[in-house]
Amino acid sequence: MKTKRVLISFVMACLLLGSLFLMERLLMPKYVSGVVEGSLIEEYYSESGKHDVIFIGDCEVYENISPITLWEEYGIASYIRGSAQQLIWQSYYLLEETLKYEKPEVVVFNVLAMKYDQPQNEAYNRMTLDGMKMSPTKLKSINASMLEEESLIDYLFPLLRYHSRWSEVTKSDFQNIFKKEKQFHNGYYMRADVKPVESIPKGRKLPDYQFGDNAYYYLNSMVELCKENDIELILIKAPSLYPYWYDEWEFQMEKYANKHDLQYINFLELIDEVGIDFNTDTYDAGLHLNVAGAEKLSKYFGKILREEYQIVDKRNNYDYVDIWKEKITFYNDIKETQYAEIDKYGSLQSFGGNGE
Amino acid sequence: MLFTSYSFLIFIALLFVIYYTIPKKYQWKLLLFASYLFYAFAGVKFLGYILLTTISVYLVSHKIDKLHQMRTQYLSKHKGELSREEKKEYKLSIKAIQWKWLLFTLFINFGILAVLKYTNFTIANINYLTQAFGNGRQLSFWNLALPMGISFYTFQTMGYIIDVYRGKYAPEKNLFKLALFVSFFPQLIQGPISRFDDLSKTLFKEKSFNNKSVNFGLQRIMWGFFKKVVIADRILIGVTTIVSNPDTYQGVFVFVGMLFYALQLYADFTGGIDITLGIAEVLGIKVQENFNRPYFSKSIKEFWRRWHITLGTWFKEYLFYPISVCRPMLKLSKFSRRIFGDAIGKRIPVYLATLVVWFTTGIWHGSSWNFVVWGLMNSLVILVSQEFEPLYERFHNKFKIQHTFGFRSFQVARTILLMSSLRLFDCYRDVPLTFKMFGTMFTNYNVNILFNGDLMNLGLSMADYIVLLMGLVLLLTVSLIQRNGSVRSQLEIQPLVLRYAIYYSLIIAVIILGAYGVGYDSSQFIYNQF
Repeated sequence: MKTKRVLISFVMACLLLGSLFLMERLLMPKYVSGVVEGSLIEEYYSESGKHDVIFIGDCEVYENISPITLWEEYGIASYIRGSAQQLIWQSYYLLEETLKYEKPEVVVFNVLAMKYDQPQNEAYNRMTLDGMKMSPTKLKSINASMLEEESLIDYLFPLLRYHSRWSEVTKSDFQNIFKKEKQFHNGYYMRADVKPVESIPKGRKLPDYQFGDNAYYYLNSMVELCKENDIELILIKAPSLYPYWYDEWEFQMEKYANKHDLQYINFLELIDEVGIDFNTDTYDAGLHLNVAGAEKLSKYFGKILREEYQIVDKRNNYDYVDIWKEKITFYNDIKETQYAEIDKYGSLQSFGGNGE
Repeated sequence: MLFTSYSFLIFIALLFVIYYTIPKKYQWKLLLFASYLFYAFAGVKFLGYILLTTISVYLVSHKIDKLHQMRTQYLSKHKGELSREEKKEYKLSIKAIQWKWLLFTLFINFGILAVLKYTNFTIANINYLTQAFGNGRQLSFWNLALPMGISFYTFQTMGYIIDVYRGKYAPEKNLFKLALFVSFFPQLIQGPISRFDDLSKTLFKEKSFNNKSVNFGLQRIMWGFFKKVVIADRILIGVTTIVSNPDTYQGVFVFVGMLFYALQLYADFTGGIDITLGIAEVLGIKVQENFNRPYFSKSIKEFWRRWHITLGTWFKEYLFYPISVCRPMLKLSKFSRRIFGDAIGKRIPVYLATLVVWFTTGIWHGSSWNFVVWGLMNSLVILVSQEFEPLYERFHNKFKIQHTFGFRSFQVARTILLMSSLRLFDCYRDVPLTFKMFGTMFTNYNVNILFNGDLMNLGLSMADYIVLLMGLVLLLTVSLIQRNGSVRSQLEIQPLVLRYAIYYSLIIAVIILGAYGVGYDSSQFIYNQF
């Protein structure tokens, strides 16, 4: 009798937990259309092969650097661990996590995130943190990122956060409940459309230009982490025209790089050398580069990586060839699809374009 | 720590586990610790107030009891020596001392409540008067924070000391047990207002784990959460939109808002009480019911016997009766009978006592005129109904429809509408505005808003309305089932699959359909603020 009762309780508990698990899978955002950037972080875990270079940062890396170009031009295997408005502590913890999976030769960090010293936005937090696999590193990142109105329990049990999506569930939520198609390769978010720069908004005056202590703390931690792992750290400022990059910020970064003996490259000062034309190489009037711009920047940056960091060309390495061949095909397919859409409709319809 | 917060859920989960694993003799001590911990979450600085109430009541209750004993001893010692007059005189002299001690405690504790709750209300009124009639000098407001649950624990504790004074029961000997009675956390912030002789029966008892009690308690907690987060917190959005934009939402919108608020308040308050009673049940403690399907009442008077029962009982026992039989009132009764005759004269003291009780009920709910007017309007409706009773009787004698379903339904609907109309004072929190908005229901016939999609602009989507409708149907169904006894007992005898299907549906409904978390402005229970 007692055994029967225990068995029934066990089965019932399993049923409840199973139902809740299914609900959670169903209601979590899938990021397969519209805001596809939410898929960036989690796709890393299905990645095969090692990387010479890891880029970390916000949209200024995942939209401005093309790992396929770096491979095709220099045989450099790279991956971008970036997400929308990725804050510096999130970048740090993503790097910490990445180093558990692989050890790159070079880490490139885009310094725009230095402008944020405190947690900013719940939606962006979720896009970065939900995709991470559960680990102590993820918990530390959540802890550092949460806004006052957020709670750890919502991250541990995302159903508690996304329960209200029940009225917005679509066919796509059912289709992608357990498995979904890859949206990107190597963390690069491609956009082939063009929206030229018409005017560059001037940066408004700030009450204080000093980067915050918290931001410096995590930058220092990143420097330390790279040192401990014998990894070269490069700081970059991508050639995005805005958010505005102030001279005062530039001065602080230059000083920091000098002090820590790091290379710091501000691509805003190298626009002509890179060959970026803001009439054709941006899809949102200077905020991000399109694929043409990203390929130019990657070609330029690849040269630096090859010449100054002596990263070996892997194009003839059999461990890499097949993997990258498939990536190139994927990359070219997306590019062609995007160009076809632009030709047909006059603007991009999918991949986060007008149609979504 | 809100009842609906994750921290509270963790808090009670841990408490349940520890409660049934420690030796039983420590159970009530653990509850005391948990109650003070819960209270400290609201602010350590407030602990002083509840401690002061507890200690003052403890000391005075023992002083009063000592006088009781002294009287008994003296009278038994001098049995046969004293004349009847001497005995009476002695008793009165002791009673007078006890009365002074009681007054002292009431003064201290109601004084604290009055100062903290009503000082700024008084200042605002003085400022208004000096502005209108005086030199216009304005007094500054005091920076006062109201300790959590002070209205509830003060009333509960004052009920206790009055009972001790009346000799209903002996005072609690153990200060810490009394402290637990005052601070028992599930009922601390929104009641029920328990009586010591009732609550102490189970509060301090050693309890073994009782599967049924724990199950029933958990079911009731879940039902409370359903009412609060699925219904009350969802409809709150619509109520807030209507009430905070009186220029936009008039006429039928006010009517809709009024009904929304009736549902919100019911789901919110009864939901909170369900959680309270559920927690107590898991802990093996029996707390008095505070509601008895109030929306099935056929008159306002009946409604108030079935809504917030413990507050009504408190006012009846500790305010209405004492006022009704106090010496000045008896004098007034004699005087008014002499002047106005028996028919009117006998009513005057009752009316006066009723008005005092309802004025106090109003001001207890909040320190603003809207609550005072709300209280007085309630008493007005009750007294007018009372006056019309002979008329009703004649009507019923003639038409014999009193017991028909149609007439009973009419009475229920009338009571709901009357109560909801009065609650507009609670919604708008401004007396002239409330009257104005009430008036627009009769001047602005914008019935088309019910059909033209305007209801979709109140912050509630079609999905929300569907959930609310389903919730309402469920509330109604449960209330109807309750007529045949406890719903949980009836559920207990159902087949296992059906039973679990219902439990799980409720759990999943709370988790999925609840209006909580990011994107929702999670609100505290309405009665927490009183």
